[in-house]
Amino acid sequence: MEKEDILLMKGNEAIAHAAIRCGCDGYFGYPITPQSEVLETLTLEKPWETTGMVVLQAESELASINMVYGAGAAGKRAMTSSSSPGVALMQEGITYMAGAELPGLIVNVQRGGPGLGTIQPSQSDYMQATRGGGNGDYNVIVLAPASVQEMADFVDLAFELSFKYRNPAMILSDGIIGQMMEKVVLPPFKPRRTEEEITRECPWAAMGKPKNRRPNIHTSLDLDSARMEETNRHLQAKYQEIKNKEVRYEKVMCDDAEHLIVAFGSAARIALKTIELCRNQGIKVGLLRPITLWPFPTEEIARLSKQVSSILSLEINAGQMIEDIRLAVEGRVPVNHYGRMGGMVPTPEEVAEALKQTVIK
Amino acid sequence: MNQANHSQRNTIMTEEIIIAGFGGQGVLSMGKILAYAALMEGKEVSWMPSYGPEQRGGTANVTVIISDQRISSPILSRYDTAVILNQPSLDRFESCVKPGGTLIYDSYGILEPPQRKDIAVYRIDAMDTAVEMHNPKGFNMIVLGGLIKVRPLVETENVILALKKTLPERHHALIPMNEEALRRGMEVIRRME
Repeated sequence: MEKEDILLMKGNEAIAHAAIRCGCDGYFGYPITPQSEVLETLTLEKPWETTGMVVLQAESELASINMVYGAGAAGKRAMTSSSSPGVALMQEGITYMAGAELPGLIVNVQRGGPGLGTIQPSQSDYMQATRGGGNGDYNVIVLAPASVQEMADFVDLAFELSFKYRNPAMILSDGIIGQMMEKVVLPPFKPRRTEEEITRECPWAAMGKPKNRRPNIHTSLDLDSARMEETNRHLQAKYQEIKNKEVRYEKVMCDDAEHLIVAFGSAARIALKTIELCRNQGIKVGLLRPITLWPFPTEEIARLSKQVSSILSLEINAGQMIEDIRLAVEGRVPVNHYGRMGGMVPTPEEVAEALKQTVIK
Repeated sequence: MNQANHSQRNTIMTEEIIIAGFGGQGVLSMGKILAYAALMEGKEVSWMPSYGPEQRGGTANVTVIISDQRISSPILSRYDTAVILNQPSLDRFESCVKPGGTLIYDSYGILEPPQRKDIAVYRIDAMDTAVEMHNPKGFNMIVLGGLIKVRPLVETENVILALKKTLPERHHALIPMNEEALRRGMEVIRRME
């Protein structure tokens, strides 16, 4: 690989460049720190002049997500990005997309809450992202990048999964991954799909009704409860298929681990440093990093819980993922949480201290 | 099921740096040029800014990590090297330098110089030098020159290449001035005993 291909950029910038390169048809967003560089970069790159991708600053987050709904209904690769308070506003649109089985990508570069909170990084939208976030029984496919490279790589992956399952997908990042610069190799250019390709690959898409088929109608509303239950059964079967097929995770130094840290995204980076500090002191710690937060790597955590004597859930929040870990562990070993809130970020040293406390216990 | 496994590797060269000063001093761009130069030498790099409401006049800092291996936490509380450009940053970061580490400070506006005896302390009168050179915007490049003189993390030529990469084309006429500032920084930095 030519060195020229290796770039230095922010996670937010990588999202924008990756969107252009993976054949994204439209971006609809509204500025908010710490993700504003996504829209800024797209505006600077002017993809409407090259790939024909639409970039629009909408009047609000509500408008953005409903534009994604509309474009998704037409079989287009559409996305939005925001930060925590903005993504809270989008929840209605996301549950409508899930109900109508429409694809689309939502990027959440999280900041501390609740409410308007702070502009500093946080992972406190874990529950919102992994439990659906809006009303009704549904799930969103959630990918958690831990590097600028993964910010770039997960855009295409999220679109692929989103279209494969006709379900909204989310990239759950935070102010650390969004704002930091790292090396990145951008994905190769992939052209936007033509209308013919969309018609062929997405027969459900609302592209204009030819005479020889019934209209493609996209709605989440059905006042016939028996039919609505059938819809729900279909959705649940789909979610089960996703759980069976799409779990992704990374393991670091787990082979000889006596203690395990489970951490995603930026917290997993902090965990790597903690592991280095602990191993220098003879404490054998490993990392399980969920890459998909939903579906969650329940089985692998269950398996590791038979090997280690304690598990620490490291999250930049008050303790949310710990519930999923405990469900996986089923009481076999103690599961503790360490985290900071409100935009504060734990240092590797304080995590190492917290881990040692639990080891002594 | 998709998964990646990483075996344990021995610790190789890693330099953890904090650059801190006032917003508008070029703290973030200095860090970016350093990171870009290291990237061109095939190193792993991370650049993590403070991105609070700090604008010109407030405090700004950036953590730059250069390593031979995958970088773990981009946010740290202990550093090998601290580059300190104002008193509030000195107050905050002097105690965060690892024993045996390096602290470089610009004397301008520093009322209480660093006290640590277990680290190498260097002083660079970058603000005064920039004024002498009639190149106030060259301030951060003078500091960067001093840094790579005492911590030869990257080759000087690569810093200049990185400048070309990171400066918009319309500012490329400024590269010789920046190069001069960089080289001057190497001359004016001095060890404090």
